[in-house]
Amino acid sequence: MALNIIVLAKQVPDTRNVGPDAMTPEGTINRAALPAVFNPEDLNALEQALRLKDQFPGSTISVVTMGLPKSAEVVRESLYRGADAGYVVTDRCLGGADTLATSYTLSQAIRKIGNFDIILGGRQAIDGDTAQVGPQIAEKLGLTQVTYAEEILSLDEKARKVVIKRHIDGGVETVEAPLPLVVTVNGSAAPCRPRNAKRVMKYKNATAPAERPADKAEAMAALVAEKPYLNITQWGAADIDADLKQVGKAGSPTNVKAVVNIVFKAKESRTMTGSDSDVENLMVELLNEKIIG
Amino acid sequence: MNSVFVYCEIEGTTVKDVSLELLTKGRKLANTLGVQLECICAGAGLDGIEKQVMKYGVDKVHVFDAPGLFPYTSNPHTSVLVNLFKEEDPQICLMGATVIGRDLGPRVSSALFSGLTADCTELEIDEFDMNCGFDENKKPIVKHFDNKLMQIRPAFGGNIVATIVNPEHRPQMATVREGVMKKEILDENYKGEVVRHDVAKYVPECEYVVKVIDRHVEAAKHNLKGSPIVIDGGFGVGSRENFDMLFELAKELHAEVGASRAAVDAGFADHDRQIGQTGITVRPKLIICCGVSGAIQHIAGMQDSGIIISINNDPNAPINTIADYVINGTVEEVVPKMIKYYKKNSK
Repeated sequence: MALNIIVLAKQVPDTRNVGPDAMTPEGTINRAALPAVFNPEDLNALEQALRLKDQFPGSTISVVTMGLPKSAEVVRESLYRGADAGYVVTDRCLGGADTLATSYTLSQAIRKIGNFDIILGGRQAIDGDTAQVGPQIAEKLGLTQVTYAEEILSLDEKARKVVIKRHIDGGVETVEAPLPLVVTVNGSAAPCRPRNAKRVMKYKNATAPAERPADKAEAMAALVAEKPYLNITQWGAADIDADLKQVGKAGSPTNVKAVVNIVFKAKESRTMTGSDSDVENLMVELLNEKIIG
Repeated sequence: MNSVFVYCEIEGTTVKDVSLELLTKGRKLANTLGVQLECICAGAGLDGIEKQVMKYGVDKVHVFDAPGLFPYTSNPHTSVLVNLFKEEDPQICLMGATVIGRDLGPRVSSALFSGLTADCTELEIDEFDMNCGFDENKKPIVKHFDNKLMQIRPAFGGNIVATIVNPEHRPQMATVREGVMKKEILDENYKGEVVRHDVAKYVPECEYVVKVIDRHVEAAKHNLKGSPIVIDGGFGVGSRENFDMLFELAKELHAEVGASRAAVDAGFADHDRQIGQTGITVRPKLIICCGVSGAIQHIAGMQDSGIIISINNDPNAPINTIADYVINGTVEEVVPKMIKYYKKNSK
């Protein structure tokens, strides 16, 4: 039996590698200095999807992302690694969304795709670290959820049940949950397999319409007409029947009141060297003041 | 109505520290707002659970006691909160930024269409002016709100600190990590009300969909959170072997070893020792930062330490700006000397 699997992926600024040029002299974030990457835990989720596909041949993996047109890059990367189809949800009116508006938008896209057995995504994205979108999508689709998943241990297609090992505070637990459901996967789960060279050759020209430069749009559209698998489906708010009151800024209950850049106020500190006498003097001082005993 | 609510996380029949810390914070917020502090205890075998929480100043304890409510699963606990909040209409709901709180909070916020801010490092009550576009004369329209919850958290990988407000939806929800707030017993004899709810009225049978087959929880292997002295290792320590030196120093000073996210990601130290916004918050009287560069997420988890010593061979490391003592040198050079001169002078 084959499964219909949906993987949620996000393109994020690489906040783990923030260099000194990450902030502009005016104190705003210099997005150009932060490379855009595949959100790391979404790759762990993709691997769990690929393992299910290995186990249930004929399964299809559809990758869904929301973002700027260039976020189609994560869909292409997923195709290189074994996904079958991709969807980019992109629209000006979706900008400024908080987690609730994002989860509404993605849940509408998932409804439009329709047929699915399991939805997998990373536990959280490194630009927000909130871990909210997965559970909120589950709630909006009326499904249950298993968060912080380490591994899908087994899936029983007939009984429509899946057994998952998950991380909990101070330990692990194994749960049995009904399909369909939403699973969010931890960064400590198995890493994603690399690109497959044949698949890179096959999908390197896969594009979403908004990515195609004007002077090449016609030629690229012709190519997609000939090879439909090169099309990355692009949806706007209208395509997914989104209620405009629930997307973007309008659909976001949270407001940002203030943003403060981090400026460290220098303390009055004593600087010393690592020489024997300096270290000994410090230890003696800490002992004398009973800071260490 | 209008109360401040705290969701109490319960392991077995013991309320977790993070929830008690939030009760203390919740009490203060409720005082500022002039409202009651209420809490939810959902689990199994909860007779007398109120004794653990009331003394933190809880005016009303809502007890939901049923076999299916422990161990925690997402749907039944969501139903408890959503249905109770539809009746009670609280203005604020706080929960721990734990695995459970981060599983439950978003589900509840989605069902109630309310805003939720994860991993807050500060919470306070303040007024808020919301910009709502422009009127026909192109004058800005500003809506004013009094007494809203300011939810303060580092964002964007810790490069900024954002204040988040959700003024128009209830409840205003926030999660906070263990150790960020301080727990303080308000009054051992505090008199609040206990309400034992009929769970079946709140949780339909069909919500018990996930079965916990197997569960292992171990007590923490260390007391990093409560240790008066912390040796804090960063990426600059260089290797897991070099971390052994830190453990040696910790043994001498009766300290615990913590680590930055970069050191944990590099495999130098175990994940359960991570200090910072997404790890443990520590407030020791002394912290010795070894090869820690000082990303803001890390600093958020140790900046309230009494005395900060930074050992770093980069004189411009950001951590040095908050340090009381800066030692310009490598970890390999300085840490063994600290051990040597501690031993020599402590007799």
